[in-house]
Amino acid sequence: MTASAVRPRVVVGMSGGVDSSVAAALLVEQGFDVVGVTLHLAGSESRCCSLDDADDARRVADRLGIRFYVANYKDRFREEVILPFADEYLAGRTPIPCVACNQHFKFQHLVARARALGAEGVATGHYARIETEAGTGAPRLLRGVDPRKDQSYFLFDLRPEQLARIRFPLGGLTKDEVRAKARELGLATADKPESQEICFVPDGDYARVVEELRPGAAPGEGEIVDEAGQVLGQHRGIHHYTVGQRRGLGLSAEEPLYVLRLEARHNRVVVGPERGLDAQRGRAERVSWTRGHAPPAGRPVQVKIRYQHEGAAARLHPTQDGAVEIAFQEPVRALAPGQAAVFYDGDEVLGGGWLAGRVP
Amino acid sequence: MRIYLDHNATTPLREEVVEAMLPMLREQFGNPSSTHAEGAAARRCLDAAREQVAALVAAEPGDVVFTGSATEANNSAIHAALAGPGPKRVVTSAIEHPSVSEPLAHLEARGSVEVHVVPVDETGRLEAAALAAALAEPTDLLVVILANNEIGVVQDVPALAEAAHGVGAHVHVDATQALGKIPVALQALGADSLCGSAHKFNGPKGAGFLALAPGRSLEPFVLGGPQERRRRGGTENVAGRVGLGRAAELARSELGERAARARSLRDRLWEGIQAKVPEVRRNGSAEHMLPNTLNVEFIGAAGDILLEALDLEGVAVSAGAACASGSIEPSHVLTALGRTPEQARGALRLSVGHGNTEAEIDRVVDLLPDLVARARAVAS
Repeated sequence: MTASAVRPRVVVGMSGGVDSSVAAALLVEQGFDVVGVTLHLAGSESRCCSLDDADDARRVADRLGIRFYVANYKDRFREEVILPFADEYLAGRTPIPCVACNQHFKFQHLVARARALGAEGVATGHYARIETEAGTGAPRLLRGVDPRKDQSYFLFDLRPEQLARIRFPLGGLTKDEVRAKARELGLATADKPESQEICFVPDGDYARVVEELRPGAAPGEGEIVDEAGQVLGQHRGIHHYTVGQRRGLGLSAEEPLYVLRLEARHNRVVVGPERGLDAQRGRAERVSWTRGHAPPAGRPVQVKIRYQHEGAAARLHPTQDGAVEIAFQEPVRALAPGQAAVFYDGDEVLGGGWLAGRVP
Repeated sequence: MRIYLDHNATTPLREEVVEAMLPMLREQFGNPSSTHAEGAAARRCLDAAREQVAALVAAEPGDVVFTGSATEANNSAIHAALAGPGPKRVVTSAIEHPSVSEPLAHLEARGSVEVHVVPVDETGRLEAAALAAALAEPTDLLVVILANNEIGVVQDVPALAEAAHGVGAHVHVDATQALGKIPVALQALGADSLCGSAHKFNGPKGAGFLALAPGRSLEPFVLGGPQERRRRGGTENVAGRVGLGRAAELARSELGERAARARSLRDRLWEGIQAKVPEVRRNGSAEHMLPNTLNVEFIGAAGDILLEALDLEGVAVSAGAACASGSIEPSHVLTALGRTPEQARGALRLSVGHGNTEAEIDRVVDLLPDLVARARAVAS
């Protein structure tokens, strides 16, 4: 056997951005036999692996001297991420497709592919850490050390057997350090701008994308009502709205009105004053736990109810049906169904679930 | 050491070809259109290459037009044959190379051309009844691929050409994949035009040609120079064409032994795979097939992943059709044979050629069972 054959092989998911480029570079430096794979997820008109991004990833792979492939998952991405995204909007929820994309593509399909390529696991450029617990050897999912870039929120549904096969080489670095590293290595992606929007909605016009994906499915215009059921105006279709939204309602009222709920069944948008957004209790469904089991009931935790949320103190009460009731210490604002509630114990991600809304 | 089993994609240059090209890159830099000694010398080399190519396909040197690729030759032949006023009718097969199907689709979308696509049977041969129906009325052009690049199936072109000539069609044959593997004689095939490319038979890339039957003229397709008898202007890629000529000469003189050698290696590979890997099937007619090509469906496996796993073990093969980003789509050729997209995803194309050895074939056969098992585990 040659020396190269005994180095452990790792597959790195390379998006063509600076983060996954540096992740691959760090693993090369650490002596791994790195194979870069770009997931071709959507058509070239979108930003999910556009031709430019695949080319950028290929250039970085060439620079690093690693093997590189582009894997075609376009059909599955449409089935498993894009269409469910549209259906969530049509059901009056505000989806985060990045979680399903991570879970299905980076940590199921890519992990399976890595195994077929003889790799021990998969690495990505996410800002999160996986540490092995002393004694038990069990993996623990932790926040990335850069608080502005921490992406652990999008990774809450990873399971212990997945964590054991994943590496996040950037978890201990800040974004500035990652860019500096990319420049030091002369990587073509060093100064590439951040991606912000959802990749298959490059212009941010979600409503149009929903209508194109599910033509004829949107129920169209309907009533905007207050909590007493009084009609205040007309809406353009509930997929145009999200809980907590104030602008663009076209209503005039004495005090500012906010979207409180989207009632898909009645095709209604319910609005009210800001205090109506406050929630003392919430319910998260389809909950999963990074340690494979729930923590003891009533355990104090921090809960993030959207990516940019700073987190709120709460206690968790798992229910019989795999859901969790969240009792917040102080009311939180705008629990949007479809977003994730992610549970933290300090830096550790305990798990999370999908917000079903307020609990009265 | 790498094992290259993708000779239908491209081939390594033969040393003799490199030797023939090097003087053209160094001393013989002249422009063949120039009157002076340097120009005349380059011109002589170009003429010699033209004779070598003409000999390969049994055409007259004056009827050989050099192009930059077979893709260019296919495009040019199609556009030239359909030039002129009035609506045009074209018959073609369902398993053409994109350099034929895409220009035809483009012309059809512009409304000037009506394209009849003849299906193939499950072995990859054109369906006789459908072909007869398609050629039952006056037709301007028949375009057919002599040997398919993905499955290696060879069509009965003389019979197709006879039927097409009966309804007045120009017959254009894409012989790109056949040259150097089976005998290709322009008039014996009944072709009015025929094209090929050097890099498929151990010549350089960027050197293709279009050969015409005696008396057939061709609308000029690149204007702006006297080159190629004004049919294709532009200062000639002399080194590339000299390489093409030398490769053509080798392909012609060595055809018999090359084909026998390829057949022996290819059959050894297929026998080995059948013996060692369960659940495999071969795509395409084994009877009418290029001697070097093996298209195998590893049932239930993901072909693109198997390709990558083989690559990491040092073996180069191909799967499906690469899209612009480099990711792989299921082969339209296999779906034309009636395979579902899922089935087509399990297929690999292995094509042998110059330099392959029995030991290499045996090594690949040893590697496959484990890699196929892993690629099957992903798909399930």
